Amino acid sequence: MVEVILLRFKSAISYILRTPKLLLGLILLLSLLLLGLVGPYFVDVDKARPISVPTRKPPSAEYLLGTDGGGRDMLAVIITGTPQTLKMGVLAGLVGVTLGTSLGLIAGYFGGRIDMIISTATDTMLTIPPLAILLVVAGSVRAMTVPDMAIIIALLSWMFPARTIRAQVLSLREQPYVHMARLAGLGDIRIIFEEIMPNILPLAAASFVGATSGAILAGIGLEVLGLGPQRTPTLGMTIYWAQLYSALINGLWWWWLPPIIVLIVLFVGLFLVSAALDEFVNPRLRRTG
Amino acid sequence: MKHSYFIRRLIMFFVVVILAATLNFIIPRLAPGDPIGAVLEELRARGASTGGDAEDEIVAAYRARFGLDQPIHIQYFRFLFNTLRFDLGYSISYYPQKVEAALLRSLPWTVGLLAISTLISFAAGSFFGAMMAWPRAPGFMQRFVPMFMVLSAVPYYLLGLILVYIFAFVMRLLPLGGAYSSGTIPQLDLDFLLDVIRHGILPALSIVLTSVGFWALGMRGVMVTVLGEDYLTLAEAKGLPDRRIFFAYAMRNALLPQVTSLAIALGTVTSGAVLVEVVFNYPGIGWLLYNALRSSDYYMVQGVAFFLILTVAVSVLIVDLIYPLLDPRIER
Repeated sequence: MVEVILLRFKSAISYILRTPKLLLGLILLLSLLLLGLVGPYFVDVDKARPISVPTRKPPSAEYLLGTDGGGRDMLAVIITGTPQTLKMGVLAGLVGVTLGTSLGLIAGYFGGRIDMIISTATDTMLTIPPLAILLVVAGSVRAMTVPDMAIIIALLSWMFPARTIRAQVLSLREQPYVHMARLAGLGDIRIIFEEIMPNILPLAAASFVGATSGAILAGIGLEVLGLGPQRTPTLGMTIYWAQLYSALINGLWWWWLPPIIVLIVLFVGLFLVSAALDEFVNPRLRRTG
Repeated sequence: MKHSYFIRRLIMFFVVVILAATLNFIIPRLAPGDPIGAVLEELRARGASTGGDAEDEIVAAYRARFGLDQPIHIQYFRFLFNTLRFDLGYSISYYPQKVEAALLRSLPWTVGLLAISTLISFAAGSFFGAMMAWPRAPGFMQRFVPMFMVLSAVPYYLLGLILVYIFAFVMRLLPLGGAYSSGTIPQLDLDFLLDVIRHGILPALSIVLTSVGFWALGMRGVMVTVLGEDYLTLAEAKGLPDRRIFFAYAMRNALLPQVTSLAIALGTVTSGAVLVEVVFNYPGIGWLLYNALRSSDYYMVQGVAFFLILTVAVSVLIVDLIYPLLDPRIER
């Protein structure tokens, strides 16, 4: 057993090394993760609180990334804000994909009326711009925290996974080995978990990266509009404050540029990993990549 | 057969619209705190002495005025009826203006900016995508286009901020924001038009740069399929010039599915620009929304949310109704 796992691990590593897209994407994401994990040992993260340092100081030896208009050390803000953004995205992505995968499985496997209800709901929700619903919700919930936001966003990010998983289950359901299992007298639950589930896990994993990226995008959008968590210095809220106090036309580039750079690294990393996983799941894409 | 398709689509459309209106009704009522309490709080903050009979009277007057003394289902149907008539209530910060009036005033700016940038990125992206799949394309295309695909992962408003900083703040080539220079009166003459174009370049550029990759990706996929068709082999065997094969035979056929996506993208333009307008102070729907959020003008926020859903629903409906005319196979 251990040998099998070791072998799998080795082949996974060699696949990553052979796929420059995946390698670069993972490096970008890991470096952000490291920033959040190791950063607090080198930088005093308490300085991410308002009025803990002098305001609007340009980058210097004391404040490597300068300070913002509210008296926060920008380096500390980045180090505490990056993990918050990642946490929000991963949480929303996990909940959204779990919800979507379950709905897609049920719809695809059982078919009939259940399928019709779930598919109609999915198609209807897909035509509604998530931002519109998020606005109404976020406007009503006054004191937002990072997990609150993740759950709200997750409730709007299950549709794409549900649709892809449903399509896959529809074709898996007709595979000979599933027919065999049914003839052998296995129940629906066992067929779903033992025969179908293992075959949709790679697809679910690929849609998890996409859902995480979409959730972060939605979250940052809300934060830039000023609807994010008020107490936590997240990256999007930093851009909101910078925008509100006209940091750009006052030349305070160190206020808004670092969060943007971190976000660009994050989105590009997620994009590369997602594209590489899509190619892994759907090998036809590989030759044109 | 034909009728049932249209009827099903129409029913779906009304379900989406009613759902949107219902969410607008339910969600704010689920939240803790009541609107009249918030009004009283604000009056107190301004130094009004409240409490006692006077306060009860104010509360009763407000409840009657906004229909809050009615049972919840009457409130709901009244709200639904008003929303479907496109009566979205009064804006709090622009009182006594109605929400729908403010929306219609901002709409031309959003639609103008987004429609033009969507068309530009559609044209450029489709061309680049076709070039990527074309075996005899110049070599630099193969390296140059993937850059746009990576760029499409970057949110357009973040790129917008960087572009403003470089071209407007540091180099001072283009205006920092707004749709026209402050002090000019909107009118239809050449000077004003040029001013509007100058102000539109950066917001449009940030949208175009981040969406070219999307169109290129779609086009490349279709183009690969089209290139395998027999009529392309025939065209080559006939000795037609390369340029003609590329444009008239391959690209023209590959464009068809792209046009469907274009129709949907044009329908979603109102919701696509919200954040770019915030970055550029562009006086469209997004800017309206941003200001409404900042001044807690919740009727306006709900109105914008409903409007965003409505425009997407209408455009998806139009595409779905036109599609059978373009592609007769869908009806069977």
